[in-house]
Amino acid sequence: MADQEITLMKGNEAIAHAAIRCGCDGYFGYPITPQSEVLETLAEQKPWETTGMVVLQAESEVSSINMVYGGASTGKKVMTSSSSPGVSLMQEGISYMAGAELPALIVNVMRGGPGLGTIQPSQSDYFQACKGGGHGDYHLIVLAPASVQEMADFVDLAFTLAFRYRNPAMILADGAIGQMMEKVVLPPFKPRRTEEEIIKECPWATTGRIGGRKPNIITSLELRSEEMEIINLRIQAKYREIEEKEVRYEEFMLDDAEYAIVAFGSAARIAKKSIEIARAQGIKVGLLRPITLWPFPTKEVQALASRVKGILSLEINAGQMVEDIRLAVEGAVPVRHFGRLGGIIPDPDEVVDVLKRSF
Amino acid sequence: MTEEIIIAGFGGQGVLSMGKILAYAGLMEGKEVTWMPAYGPEQRGGTANVTVIVSDDPVSSPILSSYDTAIVLNQPSLEKFEPKVKPGGTLIYDGYGIPEPPTRKDIDVYRIDAMDAAAEMNLIKTFNMIVLGGLLKIHPVVGIESVLAALRKTLPERHHHLIPKNEEAIRKGMEIIKKL
Repeated sequence: MADQEITLMKGNEAIAHAAIRCGCDGYFGYPITPQSEVLETLAEQKPWETTGMVVLQAESEVSSINMVYGGASTGKKVMTSSSSPGVSLMQEGISYMAGAELPALIVNVMRGGPGLGTIQPSQSDYFQACKGGGHGDYHLIVLAPASVQEMADFVDLAFTLAFRYRNPAMILADGAIGQMMEKVVLPPFKPRRTEEEIIKECPWATTGRIGGRKPNIITSLELRSEEMEIINLRIQAKYREIEEKEVRYEEFMLDDAEYAIVAFGSAARIAKKSIEIARAQGIKVGLLRPITLWPFPTKEVQALASRVKGILSLEINAGQMVEDIRLAVEGAVPVRHFGRLGGIIPDPDEVVDVLKRSF
Repeated sequence: MTEEIIIAGFGGQGVLSMGKILAYAGLMEGKEVTWMPAYGPEQRGGTANVTVIVSDDPVSSPILSSYDTAIVLNQPSLEKFEPKVKPGGTLIYDGYGIPEPPTRKDIDVYRIDAMDAAAEMNLIKTFNMIVLGGLLKIHPVVGIESVLAALRKTLPERHHHLIPKNEEAIRKGMEIIKKL
């Protein structure tokens, strides 16, 4: 396959191809609908025969995430993918990685919950992804793709950010983005880093005591509270820097907008269609689409509140991101939420009706 | 130009693969395409549907409230999607699986007896290509050459000898579709 070939594939397949192409060293996962094509595509592509990337189906999600912990400890570019119930099982390992400051990629192709729930699309893991998820004071860097192209593009971006800040990153997609096929230009091939490059890029990693350097210890455990507070403060300072530098978002038809929809992922795609329909009826509405859910585009949403008369948070859940919008807006304008639950996706007409009723 | 199409029928009728061929053909013509399946615990005999959007412009929502064209291949799909065709839009149905035909007067209704034709031709597996041929006759969303190229691209090499049969089926569909 040529580097720049335009092709048609599912979002899940795009994740797998992008992982191979960005020089990923290892994938550890366990199948679950609606993301199983990630593992399936990797198995089909057999990257262990070409780039040397390891692909391993573990015996469970708990095992997968701990394999990711191990791989990441050595400075390797490693990842896993799952869907909501599977990602819940991984939370202990994710918290440990955040504590040990390990770079890695976790892909969550969300389905409806709670519990085993349904296999249909949902965005109901926003809280889990953005507010920690596991125990302790931590954040993941969370990217929300809204197209198959972004599924492909965000793999490399997520790894770049994860390594830049030594922090786990998550691609938070949903069953719709995972299952739909769209045109995609796959990223060019990057070779996997050599051992020397890894040692240079990750001086903290457990790469072996070459040249008699001091031992590197990867752990999230520190029993002395004073030391643990210092570690926490350092991690928090890192989060403030990420909030400062890494906010990403897209604006759509906001220039003359009187109302704004804030939506991410597939909900943002639905919002765009709703905006086309609403504008044809004379309602001036635009979209702000957070691309990073954490760090959340707080300043941008706050600025939006001074330009519009009302904000609708469109989410495929019972109202999660709406809390971050309200915190940003601080009551300046009415903020409403609309969402469908349990795997039902709102349709564009329904959103237009809600817009009309809300403000 | 944007064509928003829903294809719906029973699992096993080739609904998803027909949509895939259509999307792939659009891609080969440089168009923007989206293929969104109603995925689920689908199985042979269960219901299956796919939304295909082929457009000159970037596609906004893969999930739609209404469609330019609905292709319905069984009674439950007709009941579900006939009300969702835009006024002035198109509905294509296969007479075999639909004893109670569509009733709307504000849309163009076409019937294609693809199941019967597939049985007659002894090419039952090309049923979906007959239906696709019918669509292309009335809405040339993509060219037949692009469809054949898409088949070459998506079918494993070992099935390439079946492409002429598929072409035959597409041409049959173009022949037998009729407006009501």
